[in-house]
Amino acid sequence: MQFHVTNSPFNEEQADLLNRLLPTLTPSQKLWLGGYLAASPQAEAIALPAATTGAPLAVAPAVEPAAVVATAPAAPKEVTVLYGSQTGNAQRLAQNLARTLEEQGLVISLASMRDFKPNGLKKLTHLLILVSTHGEGDPPDAALPFYEFLHSKRAPKLEQLRFSVLGLGDTSYEFYCQTGKDFDKRLEELGGERLASRADCDVDYDDAASEWFREVVEALKDNQGQAATGPAAQEAAAAVAVAEAPGYSRTHPFEAEILENLNLNGRGSAQETRHIELSLEGSNLQYEPGDALGIYPQNHPELVELLIRENGWQADELVPVNKDGDERPLTEALTSYVEITVLTKPLLTKLAELSSSIGLKKLVANEADLKAYLSGRDLLDVAQDFGPLGLPARQFVGALRKIPARLYSISSSYKANPDEVHLTIRTVRYESNGRSRYGVCSVQCAERAAAGESLPVYIHQNPNFKLPADGDTPIIMIGPGTGVAPFRAFLQEREENGDAGKSWLFFGDQHFHTDFMYQTEWQQWLKNGTLTRMDVAFSRDQEEKIYVQHRMKEQAAELVNWLKDGAYLYVCGDEKRMANDVHLTLAEIIEQEGGMSPDEASAYLTQLVQDRRYQRDIY
Amino acid sequence: MAKDPYAPKDAPPSDVEHIKIKSNYLRGSLAETLEDRITGSIPEDDNRLMKHHGSYMQDDRDLRNERTKQKLEPAYQFMLRIRAAGGIITPSQWLVIDELAQKYANGTIRLTTRQSFQLHGIIKWNMKTTVKAINETLLTTYAACGDVNRNVMCNPNPYQSEVHGEVYDWANRISEHLLPQSRAYHELWLDGEKIVDSQDTAEQEPIYKNVYLPRKFKIGIAVPPSNDVDVYSQDLGFIAIVENGKLAGFNVTAGGGMGMTHGDTATYPQLGRVVGFCTPEQAVDVAEKTVTIQRDYGDRSVRKHARFKYTIDDRGIDWYKEELNRRLGYALQPAREYRFEHNGDRYGWVKGSNGKWHLTLFIQNGRVADDDQGHLIMTGLREIAKVHKGDYRLTANQNLVIGNVSGQSKRKIESLAEQYGLTSGLNVSALRRNSMACVALPTCGLAMAESERYLPSLISKLETILAGEGLQEQEIVIRMTGCPNGCARASLGEIGFIGKAPGKYNLYLGASFNGDRLNKMYRENIGEDEILAELKPIIGRYARERQEGEHFGDFVIRAGIINAVVSGTDFHA
Repeated sequence: MQFHVTNSPFNEEQADLLNRLLPTLTPSQKLWLGGYLAASPQAEAIALPAATTGAPLAVAPAVEPAAVVATAPAAPKEVTVLYGSQTGNAQRLAQNLARTLEEQGLVISLASMRDFKPNGLKKLTHLLILVSTHGEGDPPDAALPFYEFLHSKRAPKLEQLRFSVLGLGDTSYEFYCQTGKDFDKRLEELGGERLASRADCDVDYDDAASEWFREVVEALKDNQGQAATGPAAQEAAAAVAVAEAPGYSRTHPFEAEILENLNLNGRGSAQETRHIELSLEGSNLQYEPGDALGIYPQNHPELVELLIRENGWQADELVPVNKDGDERPLTEALTSYVEITVLTKPLLTKLAELSSSIGLKKLVANEADLKAYLSGRDLLDVAQDFGPLGLPARQFVGALRKIPARLYSISSSYKANPDEVHLTIRTVRYESNGRSRYGVCSVQCAERAAAGESLPVYIHQNPNFKLPADGDTPIIMIGPGTGVAPFRAFLQEREENGDAGKSWLFFGDQHFHTDFMYQTEWQQWLKNGTLTRMDVAFSRDQEEKIYVQHRMKEQAAELVNWLKDGAYLYVCGDEKRMANDVHLTLAEIIEQEGGMSPDEASAYLTQLVQDRRYQRDIY
Repeated sequence: MAKDPYAPKDAPPSDVEHIKIKSNYLRGSLAETLEDRITGSIPEDDNRLMKHHGSYMQDDRDLRNERTKQKLEPAYQFMLRIRAAGGIITPSQWLVIDELAQKYANGTIRLTTRQSFQLHGIIKWNMKTTVKAINETLLTTYAACGDVNRNVMCNPNPYQSEVHGEVYDWANRISEHLLPQSRAYHELWLDGEKIVDSQDTAEQEPIYKNVYLPRKFKIGIAVPPSNDVDVYSQDLGFIAIVENGKLAGFNVTAGGGMGMTHGDTATYPQLGRVVGFCTPEQAVDVAEKTVTIQRDYGDRSVRKHARFKYTIDDRGIDWYKEELNRRLGYALQPAREYRFEHNGDRYGWVKGSNGKWHLTLFIQNGRVADDDQGHLIMTGLREIAKVHKGDYRLTANQNLVIGNVSGQSKRKIESLAEQYGLTSGLNVSALRRNSMACVALPTCGLAMAESERYLPSLISKLETILAGEGLQEQEIVIRMTGCPNGCARASLGEIGFIGKAPGKYNLYLGASFNGDRLNKMYRENIGEDEILAELKPIIGRYARERQEGEHFGDFVIRAGIINAVVSGTDFHA
């Protein structure tokens, strides 16, 4: 719509400005603006009397005009937003939330759980927690000390506190959002009062997070009695929850051309690891070492075809693929829009409700059977085992999760490779329940991602895995298998910067001959001094299994020397089979070489985490 | 300090000379670099020293480009050469080599043209275990390669056993006498005690000093009428003179050698010349003094001009005789009569004069492996070794003799050989029986073209031509190497091929059947089609025009197809 003097309340100049401005706004900008404008009149209305009564004006100078609200008549309530983030999602959401709340006129204190002093807990009146869950229901590394404090006897009574928790997780894991649940329960036990009910967010967290944001804003408004009101303001808040900076992002991925795709494992290896180089040219995307790249994968065409055939659907039938009601042919929907390879409890429960299958209903009725059934199976199994499901394709598709992006630690430095991003992806293939299975994204990268084709990608910043700011600081990198990826980025970056800090890499895999990924590059860096030393463990080259932690033990004294010299410690790779053992080994080494008790060693490591000198990127 | 008598006279010494001198008697930094887990390789300097320990670093050249793209270093691996004077070992030693081949190498054993064993594809981390096991079975890899005297060859001569034992004994003594004395080998491989200060140990290497030889040095002993060891190709050769059924002594030959460089006519294959006769007791002395002459006079600046043949040809054979006599303190006697008939092997069962039986098996190109056509050579030899009470003897033509089989055991051995498809070679063509090829690709770093993997198929095509002319039973010595360094002694083939580039060979003709005349280049740089097109008419003429008993190599000269080479110095003329 074009504004004129005749069809709007604006004068000619204003109309002209608006006519020029509005078409350039993105939807989220429009939404934000709407919310902002909706909130403003009231702010002014209330602020004016405050000013006339001579009450102190802006208490929080950083806040937007709307925050003037907060000054009157009572002092504004401070809202503390604490996040516990492993890969950066919780942090990003917390930042967005803090911004939103500030815009609503609240005074916000935003902090990572790592940096939060627990003795300040007692003074808090409003606490919002955003925290992710990993592995077997574990908190993020940086959240662990706070988590432990809160669950210990030392935790104070918190009767003054109003709180709410947002958990991030993945329904395909047994301990879904466990850390969030723990915080929620514990804060209640300590006397806190729930401001808004807990949100448990699945991999595709946008909608649930937006909803929680809305509830929190609403609750704070009620609580405060003065904050932003009106549906527009809340919508703005919700939009900000998932808004990203303009340009390509998680919600707006960039189609990156594949420049190179090769197997890093030599002939005869039991493994396949793709080294993929993608072009970021024209995307304006940049990244830092330690960041990850998100890829939106496509399901295997064969699986899609079998699933359609097994259910007797029509491949070209149009089905809705989002809430807006956009429709796509079934094949495309199952290939690119929804997840069909992972079974979760909620999904099967939903399917059982929709389906006429007695077998499926029986399965979900039995908790233990259901749990056992979930692992190592996909929706084709469900169709084969319990079909006919008696379910129209559009209902089926509607029940599924959006296909989540896969995150891979970037193995290149942007500085060293402008406009490129490199990945190191191990192809996952395995046998389960009588059928060969594979990782959706890794097998796509191995089999259906030739140079010249493209992949939809975005940069996923990981603030919790970053090189020390000072290039002279020594670094110790522990990255067996594809865990070595970010360390290639680290060394590229340090070489490019001409940093003088010492560096030490521990790498391991199955066989020296075929699995020594990027071997010639490490050799080159050892030669030119970018890499100071390297220790390798190849588990299957001898009778007894040798892993990186064995090499660490062999070098225990030297490792402790490096730590004494201020070295930063980085661990990347598999959590269950590596990172835990490496952690225990570190504790053992510190105990033994530093003459410490187990408690002291554990405290030492905790302190390293607090000081950001022990960072992990584990999966 | 006195002037180093071994310092090169004119030009600066080559890099390898520096490496040897700095090496602290063959140690270098091997102890550390063998432990380095970041690479499967060792540095070039250490590889030079490694040769003296019996091993070359190689890489699988089939995989080289592929692995470079994959950001992996080349598939580094080590060839390990096991020496045994005269190529004689016990069945239990064979079983050890067989086991090591399966466990640590590429699952095959290579019998070499110098009666040694080669294991290929051993990775660095398995080297020590392998070398140790070899030494525990009383064999060694020490000085199997490098700038020292190599394995001493000796005719395995099963049907002249009354002198063979004695000749073999001298081969052993020469071999032992010329082994390096440095303890480096024991330290590196056998957990021998480290010698802290070996700076002042000229005594450590009484023969080689700390400079070792300018190049490799090869010694072989022939027992006429067989010239299987190609005695003229040796730096130093001994020809056993048997008089009245007793070993009278040896004619001494000097200055032979096969290697050359493509495009460099200053390098050439050469045959040794007979310089006199020594008694058996003098043989070790003659060998030692000859080695020291080469040590002192060999060219230490230019490695491709450093073999003993150039030392002699630069100064004349008479200079050598005089220098040798001077160092011996006595003069060699005049050479005695002898006659060679052939340089190939005699296949099948032969009864020795001690009443024991000997079975010579045809092992194509010396490769002991099981193939998929029912020739389970490796398995068969393993099974035979388990029951065999005699010995295993490697021939100079890469074949194997099951030696000293008693009358009672003969049938058992025979049936095992049959069961596993081992062949005496009598059922393959005479051409194939007389063929020899070096290892070449994919492991040999020097190879320019295929050899072992190619010659068998080329022979199949030549067999068709020969059969067409009725010559399938005609013995013709045919040899191929993948480069001009001469491992398979291609310059002594009646038909010789030396690789130039993938699929391309120089074709040589005109060597004698008994190894006393070199061949000469007939066509340069040709592929298979041209090879067959060139040879077909010549073979046709040979079938029609040959004289009674005339060998192919002699015929091509008489027919004017190629000129005879009288001396290696005329090889390129």
